[in-house]
Amino acid sequence: MNPGYYLVLSAALFTIGTLGVLIRRNAIVVFMCVELMLNAVNLTLVTFSRVNGTLDGQVMAFFVMVVAAAEVVVGLAIIVTIFRTRHSASVDDASLLKW
Amino acid sequence: MVVPVSTLPLLEPHAAAGVHDLLWLLVALPLAGAAVLLLAGRRTDPWGHLLATGVSAATFVLAVASFLRLTSLPGEDRSVLRHVYSYVPVGGFEVDLDLVLDPLSGVFILLITGVGTLVHIYSIGYMSHDRDRRRFFAYLNLFLASMLLLVLAGNFLVMYVGWELVGLSSYLLISFWSHKPSAATAAKKAFIVNRVGDVGLGLAVMLVFATFGSVAFADVLPNAGAATTGTVTAICLLLTLGACSKSAQVPLHVWLPDAMEGPTPASALIHAATMVTAGVYLIARAHPLFEASPVALDVVAWIGVITVLVGGAIACVQDDIKKVLAYSTISQIGYMFLGVGLGPAAYALGIFHLLTHGFFKALMFMGAGSVMHGLRDEADMRRMGGLRSSMPITTWTFVVGWLAIIGLPPFAGFFSKDQILEAAFETESYALWALALLGAGVTAFYMSRLVFMTFFGPSRVAKEIHPHESPRSMTTPLIVLAVLAAVSGAALNLTKDGRLFEFLEPVLGRPEHGEHTAVIPAWGLTLITVAVVLAGVALARTRYLSRPVAATAPVDVAAPVTWARKKLYFDSVYESVLMRPGQYLARALVFVDGRGVDGAVNGLAALVGGASGRLRRVQTGYVRTYALGMLGGAALLVGAMLLVRT
Repeated sequence: MNPGYYLVLSAALFTIGTLGVLIRRNAIVVFMCVELMLNAVNLTLVTFSRVNGTLDGQVMAFFVMVVAAAEVVVGLAIIVTIFRTRHSASVDDASLLKW
Repeated sequence: MVVPVSTLPLLEPHAAAGVHDLLWLLVALPLAGAAVLLLAGRRTDPWGHLLATGVSAATFVLAVASFLRLTSLPGEDRSVLRHVYSYVPVGGFEVDLDLVLDPLSGVFILLITGVGTLVHIYSIGYMSHDRDRRRFFAYLNLFLASMLLLVLAGNFLVMYVGWELVGLSSYLLISFWSHKPSAATAAKKAFIVNRVGDVGLGLAVMLVFATFGSVAFADVLPNAGAATTGTVTAICLLLTLGACSKSAQVPLHVWLPDAMEGPTPASALIHAATMVTAGVYLIARAHPLFEASPVALDVVAWIGVITVLVGGAIACVQDDIKKVLAYSTISQIGYMFLGVGLGPAAYALGIFHLLTHGFFKALMFMGAGSVMHGLRDEADMRRMGGLRSSMPITTWTFVVGWLAIIGLPPFAGFFSKDQILEAAFETESYALWALALLGAGVTAFYMSRLVFMTFFGPSRVAKEIHPHESPRSMTTPLIVLAVLAAVSGAALNLTKDGRLFEFLEPVLGRPEHGEHTAVIPAWGLTLITVAVVLAGVALARTRYLSRPVAATAPVDVAAPVTWARKKLYFDSVYESVLMRPGQYLARALVFVDGRGVDGAVNGLAALVGGASGRLRRVQTGYVRTYALGMLGGAALLVGAMLLVRT
């Protein structure tokens, strides 16, 4: 089993996630793309854990999952609140906090 | 000049007892009066002037009581010290607020409180139409307190405090009608010119402390001989600078004529009778120092005699009645400087002339005020004339003052001025004597001119003005002062060993009239003086009484008259040498400050502000801009790590 495939896959997932965050306007989609990026990193961590034969990477991946779960809670709450007040989930509409 | 060194032991001050325990009240009473009137404000308007006058009268009574008690002491005990509190206790440098009453300050407190009280009474009438009368009386009280502190001070530092307070109250009184720009300017001028002298006095006090290790008169004056001649000369010249500014002597006399912008009673009290004599007091008080420095004494005498002539020359061409009196004051104080400058032989003569001058000059100033009061503030003598019939009391009291100042026997000025001239002759300062004699003639001329133009001859008063005699509150002080001006000379010093000299002897020494080796005997000198005076009067009579006086000043006049009208160019020189460059310097500094210092600060702020104004546009509010920024940053970081790894 060649770890290179896994790394290429995670790089591809990370790139898709990044492009999604930069390009999409729907907050939910942007959010899912962030999740995609996190999980791409998780995949990398697990791959290197396997390559090195230690558990460090897998432990790190668990931490990332926990943080991601917490982030989902907070992030979704914010998105729902914004949707309720502005009747829109577009990230470009919520651009008040600027110069 | 021959300066005999005084061998007189100076008085040791001893602790005060009895009424002298209340010496502090002399300063505290008028100070409290001023404080009440100034702090309580308009609610004291109805009775403020009465309070101030009462306070002044109370200080006069106290001064008389202190004086009488002083005279009851034996001669060698006539110096009492009232310790009030420790003013500056700083390690080794300790200055006490001590008040010292001795014959010299005793004479001064009588003059200050006496004339001061008369001026208070006079001002009740004179200022009755002024809505700020209370403030005026507060300033008068403040002045009394300051002047009494000045003459009662037992050391140089406290005297300096009084000196400065006197300058302050003078400033406040000159600018009393500060809505007039001329009054405001005159007050500033007086203050600034006085500042020049204050610097001299301040330096002198520091030098005294550095030399003698103390500023108390009792420590410094007996040890005057201990310092080197150079140091003492420096101290004395600095003291003289201070004295010149306060006493309006050449070349610092320029503020006094302008000070006439103040109300006339203030001119009478401050700028004629009391404050301007502070310089003479200073020199007389510090006379042991001056005796150790013949140079400084010569300087004082010459300043005096030059001032006599400068003041007299300018007074001859003035048409404003108060300006004539102002220049006459300058000139007369010149005589006092000459007196104290002649050395031990004549200190008491200077003080004697100071006293008599205090009476007759206050009299004439208040007389001039009375004239202006009756003529709706007209001060131009060319528009007066013939006031003799409408203002009899003012006229005849003024005539007494006139006879006193020109020095005709038996009026006060005769005794005091004639003896100064004699002393100048007897100390073989013939040049000083001749110039002072000329000054006596000039004095006679301009004072006669004033009297003839104002009170005699045909009336030139404008038709719509009806001259009237002033109220009794104004004429009463005039009468009192006229009596004093008439008799004080004879009463104090009919002979050369008169009682004033005897009284002042413990402090100042006695005028010495040793062997008459002089070429002209004393009675001959007196005759010469009287002849010169009469010649001055006669000249004024032919020019201003026998001939009609033009309603405007004639234009085609000889060159010296033009010079005198230009005040001998003192003001012009000061203006072009000091004032204009000072203004240019100030403007240049304003430019440097505005464009340079402020410019740098403001420019830096504008730079930062402008830059951040542009930079903040980076914050667009769009999430993906930030995300792109983070991505870029991460990419840079990774790139950098890759670079480093290789």
